[in-house]
Amino acid sequence: MREVAIIGAGMAKWGELWEKSLRDIFVESALLAIDDAGVDKIDSMYIGCMSSGLFVGQEHLASLLTDYLGLGPVPATRVESACASGGAAVRAGFIEVASGISDIVLVGGIEKMLDVSGDGATFALATAADQEYEVFNGVTFPGLYAMMAVAHMEKYGTTRKQLAHVAVKNHHNGSMNPLSQFPQKITIEDVISSVMVADPLRILDCSPITDGAAALILCPVELAKKICKKPVIKIIGSGHSTDTIALHSREILCELGSTQRAAEKAYKMANKKPEDIQLAEVHDCFTIAEICVIEALGFVEKGKGGKATEDGLTALGGKIPVNTSGGLKSKGHPVGATGVAQVVEIAKQLRGEAGKRQVQNARVGLTQNMGGSGGSSLVHIMEVL
Amino acid sequence: MSSPRNWREMPQRYRLEAAKCKVCGKIFFPPRLICSACQAREFEKIKLSREGKLITYTVIRVGPSQFVDQVPYAIGIVELKEGVKVLTQITDCELDKLSTGIKVKLEFRKIQEDGAAGIICYGYKCVPA
Ligand SMILES: [Zn+2]
Repeated sequence: MREVAIIGAGMAKWGELWEKSLRDIFVESALLAIDDAGVDKIDSMYIGCMSSGLFVGQEHLASLLTDYLGLGPVPATRVESACASGGAAVRAGFIEVASGISDIVLVGGIEKMLDVSGDGATFALATAADQEYEVFNGVTFPGLYAMMAVAHMEKYGTTRKQLAHVAVKNHHNGSMNPLSQFPQKITIEDVISSVMVADPLRILDCSPITDGAAALILCPVELAKKICKKPVIKIIGSGHSTDTIALHSREILCELGSTQRAAEKAYKMANKKPEDIQLAEVHDCFTIAEICVIEALGFVEKGKGGKATEDGLTALGGKIPVNTSGGLKSKGHPVGATGVAQVVEIAKQLRGEAGKRQVQNARVGLTQNMGGSGGSSLVHIMEVL
Repeated sequence: MSSPRNWREMPQRYRLEAAKCKVCGKIFFPPRLICSACQAREFEKIKLSREGKLITYTVIRVGPSQFVDQVPYAIGIVELKEGVKVLTQITDCELDKLSTGIKVKLEFRKIQEDGAAGIICYGYKCVPA
């Protein structure tokens, strides 16, 4: 297996991009990655996208986007794993470069979610849950995560305020990210007095609906050392696992088995332990998710995620800053793009290009991207050479 | 809801038909073709009991389009006597008096309908026992 490097990372502003089409949103970020890498050709392309069919009525995305990217008729494949589509695309690109099949691979992620109504978006997102035995009965994604939150609060005594701390921290970080959809700082009071969506989760516990894209350029480390003018970022670990699609089929409702197993694989490949990770971008689709994820990644013991967040362990300046980009919560969550954007943030951080939210002397970072209520998870670990 | 799908799912929704692995005894709802615990492929058809307890729950305040008329409504995960868990609405209850651990039973109820002339879908909802 060849060693794989990230030599380009690109992301344009996320938000309600009414004036831009899906294809232009993708090409804008892809060109930023290509220019960042300084390459003039790519050998192949993977696109993470959850549901362009339901959001904009467009399938056959890989062909469309390759056409508009204008770099020739390269092989291109769309990868779907619900909200983990981006992470799955990163892994597909990693495997293709590692295998020797291609040298320069573009990994993109895209979702255009705001062309449909709120109802339309709820319907499209709900397809990531079990249609026949969850969605049929009227549950929503906030509802599924709310039931995980109730289970976590009962089992470990996690508090309403601790959930709010996740949102406050991530909006604070996002306020320093010019690409964030919602860069506003918020307070604990704002969160716990916002509109109830699914008890105990309120609107400020939920990530927003977003239009956006992100892109990376991958190549073998040997080639990167020759052509890359910036610090070379190496992907040292890649882990992927699945779990039951239905939340109710799991033994323990507040544990993310897929994340734990994906992390174990990534740590093993990278020869790293949780203590070696200096910063992480994780899937905070809801505040409770970040708490369960930092436990599954082994950053804290099971049940201590809420307390650790409240104590500032995961804040900028804390022991392991989590979601320096603002996370899904503040930066936005165009579902297929999220897993790619997480790697963009870690690459910028490890190169020292993260501006006001820079983590000093960061050398090893991790990303965790998750589909549905945890039915799929991808974990990647990156190190700067 | 397409009518083939509605028809196909009736044994589970109306009668709670499940499959019990003939080798290890694990029960699956809905039935499946291979046991995820021991990989055996022979099952016995059983009907689940309608009694269980509430493991976790929430109150949906913002609902999907087929359920907007019903908000706010409670949803929970119920563990049935056989150890099988199902996700279901909790009905005939006071929303602010719900708590985990309460005993519930599953009843046959209307779940959703496709407008005035569309299919009416029935299934199970739980009520405090
Ligand atoms: Zn079995």
